[in-house]
Amino acid sequence: MSVKNILIVGVGGQGTLLASKIMGKVYLGRGYDVKVSEVHGMSQRGGSVVTYVRYGEKVWSSVIEKGEADVIISFEQLESARWLEYLRPDGVLVSSTQKLDPATVIMGKAEYPEKVLERIEKLGVKVISLAADELAEEAGNARSANIVLLGAFAKTQDIPKEVWKEAVAATVPKKTLETNLKAFELGYNN
Amino acid sequence: MEKELLLGNEAVARGLYEAGVGFVSSYPGTPSTEITETAVKFDEIYCEWAPNEKVAFEAAFGASLGGKRSFCAMKHVGLNVAADPLYTASYIGVNAGLVCAVADDPGMHSSQNEQDSRRHAIASKVPMLEPCDSKECKEYAKLAYEISEKFDTPVLLRLSTRISHSRSPVELLPREELPLREYKKDVQKNVMMPAMAKPAHKRVEERLLKLKEYAETSGINKIEWGDRKLGIIAAGSSYTYAREALGESASYLKLGMVNPLPVELIREFSDGVEKVIVVEELDGIIEDHCLKNGIKAIGKEIFPLEGEFSQATVREAVLGKKPETVSFDGEIPGRPPTLCAGCPHRGLFYALRGLDLYVSGDIGCYTLGAQAPLLMIDSVLCMGASISGLHGFNTVRGKEQAKKSVAVIGDSTFIHSGITGLIDISYNQGLSTVIVLDNSITGMTGHQNNPANGLTIKGDPTAAVDLEALARAVGYRRVAVVDPYDVAATRKAVIEELSAEEPSLIIARRPCALLKNVKHAPALKVDREKCVGCKACLNVGCPALSQKDKKAAIDPMQCTGCGICAYACKPGAIVKEGI
Repeated sequence: MSVKNILIVGVGGQGTLLASKIMGKVYLGRGYDVKVSEVHGMSQRGGSVVTYVRYGEKVWSSVIEKGEADVIISFEQLESARWLEYLRPDGVLVSSTQKLDPATVIMGKAEYPEKVLERIEKLGVKVISLAADELAEEAGNARSANIVLLGAFAKTQDIPKEVWKEAVAATVPKKTLETNLKAFELGYNN
Repeated sequence: MEKELLLGNEAVARGLYEAGVGFVSSYPGTPSTEITETAVKFDEIYCEWAPNEKVAFEAAFGASLGGKRSFCAMKHVGLNVAADPLYTASYIGVNAGLVCAVADDPGMHSSQNEQDSRRHAIASKVPMLEPCDSKECKEYAKLAYEISEKFDTPVLLRLSTRISHSRSPVELLPREELPLREYKKDVQKNVMMPAMAKPAHKRVEERLLKLKEYAETSGINKIEWGDRKLGIIAAGSSYTYAREALGESASYLKLGMVNPLPVELIREFSDGVEKVIVVEELDGIIEDHCLKNGIKAIGKEIFPLEGEFSQATVREAVLGKKPETVSFDGEIPGRPPTLCAGCPHRGLFYALRGLDLYVSGDIGCYTLGAQAPLLMIDSVLCMGASISGLHGFNTVRGKEQAKKSVAVIGDSTFIHSGITGLIDISYNQGLSTVIVLDNSITGMTGHQNNPANGLTIKGDPTAAVDLEALARAVGYRRVAVVDPYDVAATRKAVIEELSAEEPSLIIARRPCALLKNVKHAPALKVDREKCVGCKACLNVGCPALSQKDKKAAIDPMQCTGCGICAYACKPGAIVKEGI
């Protein structure tokens, strides 16, 4: 098989690293070679962040380039637009409908574009959108939007649901397990 | 065999563990920090945060001389600070193995420059290894100790942001416990003064020849024959990008040792292919080496000297191929990193607003104070330079300038290399005002304890540097301590200290808002009756603040109740919840 590329994008502090960690665990467990490239340090607080997940028989590079992502998992609408170029024209965008104004918009120096996900769909891109932030609150913790999105992504993959749930259970802190499994289900069944 | 997905940095730490390393001293610096943060989890390895990279290297050198395999990690610019001990440690060599990891940052994800640390390996005449994934990070860390002890030399392990912060599978092996090596007094070897350094330099040159032989024959540099029309020479992540982009349509000379470079191996490779292309980020060091040895190679005429590469860089440069993409059909507002909600630095910067000061900045989270809407910093050079730089600035511009300028520096950076600048000012009768932003942590690199906060790398209580007493001890009679959340009092103290006819130190003390033990006040709210929509509060640049329906709005999830925006609000529309 050719190498599969998954790009996870969001705003620093949204929990993109946890999602990539769980994905890495799942693919390694399935016998694939895996590379995950992360962004570290407080310097990324509140900024646009990206994590690359790649798996296949043999993965050389740890980065994903423009036009290469099979799937983009986006935690925020504007970030979906920013990273869209990285998607293959036949790829899938799994995006939260959440909107977070960047400093430039807050200060009135720029405008948050309207109807971002509809416009992306009009370009012919397959979009799976969900209110990950609201579903996370429904699950019991607004911070588990990352697991909601992971659930929605897992639905697109050819791997049994239980495998994903086991990886979630092995990664998240015990006291948040119940909330996170509920968040996963809400995303998966969205 | 147990396999885990490890960060390159975690894999280096695993290599230290397996290699029987007993001593680690580092100063945090992105992207190198997690090596030491991982190593400290092994009880068998003594780990510490040093005040700066020079101290870390010297401590590791001492531990090597003392008979234990030792290690230090730093970012590329940190090696400039540690260059002094490195260059002479090269002359002395080691007792037990000594390895220094240096992490470059092509693309400057988190750095002030993009220097190529291979230059330090060449200039100090020590071997440098460069892994291409986490598996090699571990293997090369271990190999570095063999080389160090076999050739009696410190070894540099070169990493980069992409290698340090990418996860890939690593096999975990047990630790090899090594006995403490005997220490024997040997003045000829271990004391560097001219009489001993002259023969030592000769030994270094002879060692370099032996290392060149090792580079030719040891197998760390290897040829992988594929299609012979094109030959690629590369190391580290550049090698993975080339393999990704070109696959079997090229042959490869994969370099694991980037200093010294082989000659005959490169010649053999070059003779076996029709054309040689060197893929290397930053400087054209391998390319120059080829040209110097009469081997024709293409490099920087098709590849950039700056920035991080990828498979796309190689595809475009070598094959002229561009990817097919879809793009959003509109403007996309930028999203740069910002000071966090509740960040005490914001209060200090807001207190300086309108005072029309020259602000000499430094390296840390507070460098973000240079950005809109705060726009408070005039210059940033390197760790510690805010203080010494301000002294120079004020000395040539005169006494009045000293009353219109301050240096801002964090607690960890102050300990790193700000203290000497402070002494420069007091000793040389300067008048400059220095503000230490004491948030009780090394913030930017992800919360490391430091000598000013009274906690060791493991979080155990220890002696803390008393900043007030230190300032007095080096000759400062005026020392003020303020809470940056109290913007009015902070501003008053700054104005007062600037007017004094002698140098002052102001300590703006308030712990980082992200620290787990910091309790936050309840979120503030906007009284929409009183809010006039003037946007003054937005000028504090807090991510918890925005405007909705022409009035200010506060995100209760993010707000820490610090009250800096309430100070900025003239109509008094930002109030405590429940009032």
